[in-house]
Amino acid sequence: MQMDNQKAEVRIGFYACHCGSNIAGMVDVVEVAKKAGKLPHVVLSRDYKYMCSDPGQELIAQDIKEHKLNRIVVASCSPLLHEHTFRTATEKGGLNPFYFHMVNIREHNSWVHTDRQEATEKAYALTQAAIRRVAHHKALEVKKVKIEPSVLIVGGGIAGIHAALTMAEAGKKVYLVEREPTIGGHMAKFDKTFPTLDCAACILTPKMSTVGSHPNITLWTYSEVAKVEGFVGNYKVTVKRKPRYIIEDACVGCMECIKSCVYKEPKFADEFNEGLGKRKPVYIPFPQATPQVVLIDPETCLQLKTGKCKKTCVEACADRHAIDFNQKEEFIDIQVGTVIVATGFKTFDAERLPQYGYGVHKNVYTALEVERLVNASGPTGGHVVMRDGQEPKSVGIIHCVGSRDKKTNRWCSRVCCMYSMKLAHLIKEHTGAEVYSFYIDMRTPGKGYEEFYDKLLEEGVQFIRGRVGEVTDWAYAPGEDGKLVIRVEDTLAGYVRRIPVDMVVLASGLEPHKDSQDVRRLFNMSCSTEGFFLERHPKLAPVSTFTEGVFIAGCCQGPRDIPDTVAQAGAAAAEALVLIDKGSVELEPNTAYILEQECSGCKSCIPLCPYTAIAFAEDRNKAVINEALCKGCGTCVASCPSGSIVQNLFEDEEIFKEIEGVLAYE
Amino acid sequence: MNNPIWQPRIVAFFCTWCTYTAADLAGVSRMKYAANVRVIRVMCSGRVDPQFVMDALAKGADGVLIGGCHPNDCHYAEGNYKMLRRFRLLQRMLTDLGIETERVRLEWISAAEGEKVKTVINDMVEKIKAMGPLNLPGRFQEWDREMDSLEHAATQPKESEKPHAH
Repeated sequence: MQMDNQKAEVRIGFYACHCGSNIAGMVDVVEVAKKAGKLPHVVLSRDYKYMCSDPGQELIAQDIKEHKLNRIVVASCSPLLHEHTFRTATEKGGLNPFYFHMVNIREHNSWVHTDRQEATEKAYALTQAAIRRVAHHKALEVKKVKIEPSVLIVGGGIAGIHAALTMAEAGKKVYLVEREPTIGGHMAKFDKTFPTLDCAACILTPKMSTVGSHPNITLWTYSEVAKVEGFVGNYKVTVKRKPRYIIEDACVGCMECIKSCVYKEPKFADEFNEGLGKRKPVYIPFPQATPQVVLIDPETCLQLKTGKCKKTCVEACADRHAIDFNQKEEFIDIQVGTVIVATGFKTFDAERLPQYGYGVHKNVYTALEVERLVNASGPTGGHVVMRDGQEPKSVGIIHCVGSRDKKTNRWCSRVCCMYSMKLAHLIKEHTGAEVYSFYIDMRTPGKGYEEFYDKLLEEGVQFIRGRVGEVTDWAYAPGEDGKLVIRVEDTLAGYVRRIPVDMVVLASGLEPHKDSQDVRRLFNMSCSTEGFFLERHPKLAPVSTFTEGVFIAGCCQGPRDIPDTVAQAGAAAAEALVLIDKGSVELEPNTAYILEQECSGCKSCIPLCPYTAIAFAEDRNKAVINEALCKGCGTCVASCPSGSIVQNLFEDEEIFKEIEGVLAYE
Repeated sequence: MNNPIWQPRIVAFFCTWCTYTAADLAGVSRMKYAANVRVIRVMCSGRVDPQFVMDALAKGADGVLIGGCHPNDCHYAEGNYKMLRRFRLLQRMLTDLGIETERVRLEWISAAEGEKVKTVINDMVEKIKAMGPLNLPGRFQEWDREMDSLEHAATQPKESEKPHAH
């Protein structure tokens, strides 16, 4: 095939992938390859079982050398999955990797269509588009960006803590930002962890204090990420430090101020104890809080509320001068190369299910409240007593509250079966009460989990299969007076039962935070429909996001238990380390540039650029694009009235050819 | 277009971050939808030049679907808003050209909305089936023939005028 003299002859190699039967089952791959072989410039056309396999990639490299191919088109899965694979194979064959183009005939075709002929036609149309397009491809250089050797970790629960320690141990600078006054997250509130019944504090607090004292970790609690700019390797982050009215560096954690507060007794609901305990306006969330710095609640502090107080706390603080009633919000700018988002979850608000009577009957508790009750450092010192101070003689634990329910959340929260059994065990241990566990299905997948269930069965916890209909204090049978009656259809016994108990525990499910959408926007991530952050690939890139350099770990991605969270946090840290240790990241060379001889200097592109990458050269009367700032969206290209902006990889000519190609079928 | 079972041809421009990924998700979830849409991947819906849309229609597309991130969610901050502005202008232009505005559709589909890819495509195919073919290439040919015959008609009297002049 002879092209005009200026251009080298275009020699295209085309490969159609069967993907086992994934594609070949719905698309006649052989036919597509046969027809594609007859298209102009196509020198070679093959179909192959698995193009992404080693021999498949080798085939491309071999053919390039043997048949002097200079353009490669592969019709297989999504470019988001394997574009990089085939670009590498193209490069192996000695070609510039950008002489490659990919056709998506799996995700966008064989998997979503039901008519073989239609699917084959579509595959051929998409193939034609790619073959016409690839002839216009140019050799491009990959742009390299240096990576700042630091990481921002958002959220100081067990996920954030583990990721922070891993990165800090590897010698990287870590900024750990936590919204609450202390790190520790939900895990710090637990008494024991399933199934081994390790004491949560014993395994967590050493890690917390290591975070607090690690030279590579800058810990900012009571702080939030306010703004994120930039891109992989160079994120500019603004952190908002909320006023805790204490100068952190000056506070030594002696807690003299708490003792000497004008409120002699703790009076205000204590957030850390789920409101079951009381605290003073100046407080520390719990004894092992990290950092060991108190804070003052402006809502309850007399001085901050009214400006009139004896300020006995200031007196007690004496020459340390750590208390500062004039502290204001502070904003700090940092530069980081990577980000790990580990913002965790919130528990389902049990009041949304009025039939269970949370907030109506005082002896209905959420599981998190009971976690605090069984905890030796909790508001009752580890005594499981109800609000009237009595020990319960019988307890009903209701599973799946706000989970596996079309009316609330459809997903299984994964941890509730296990933590309910843990609480059943602990309540039994602490009080000897009769414990009933109402479950839909018992879900115990995990190391030692099923064995834990067996143990509970032996301990005599009564498991009743059925979703509880209601919790009521309406007594009509003997023995129900003054009790809470759980009405449930026992689906194994086959009848409706009424079970009177003293105390009801609601195993609330896990939900995304209320402001997860704001966090998502901050980091340009995606969310699944449930509101959990979306991973780049559910199987192969579970901690990556669609934003390069931003990783996710823990329950912000979906409900999971502590072992899985820690594993994921380690994975996220490893991914961030890979980026940092590589030193630089290769960016898609899809930036735009100006054809100066054609630019009329109209300036219409300049305000359109969201990154202010376009400047105006007054001397030449031309627009100039700063390649380092350009992110390759192509908005300016589409708007240029004289067509003098070109986007690499998405040139007008390439797209016009694609349009022509997809419409060329008969 | 003489095919007894006419099938609409729809060209789609999907931004790689949201809608293209959503279409991948629809695939991974094995959702089923009509096979009439041919997707062209762009980095951002802001890259979609109105010329692409007009070109697709001129080359025989019966409809054009543009998919971008939801407002406020654009990977490039605001490319989808730029597309929205162009889309409004495009609609006016289509009206002026006598083309049904419904043939060009702009949808915000996030990376998690595989289901929406399915419903939007199926809905659009149904609506365009009801509208019938646009067939701009055919119409262009018709107009060319008309022009030819007009030209022919214009030249003929000239020749017939000649003998009168003599």
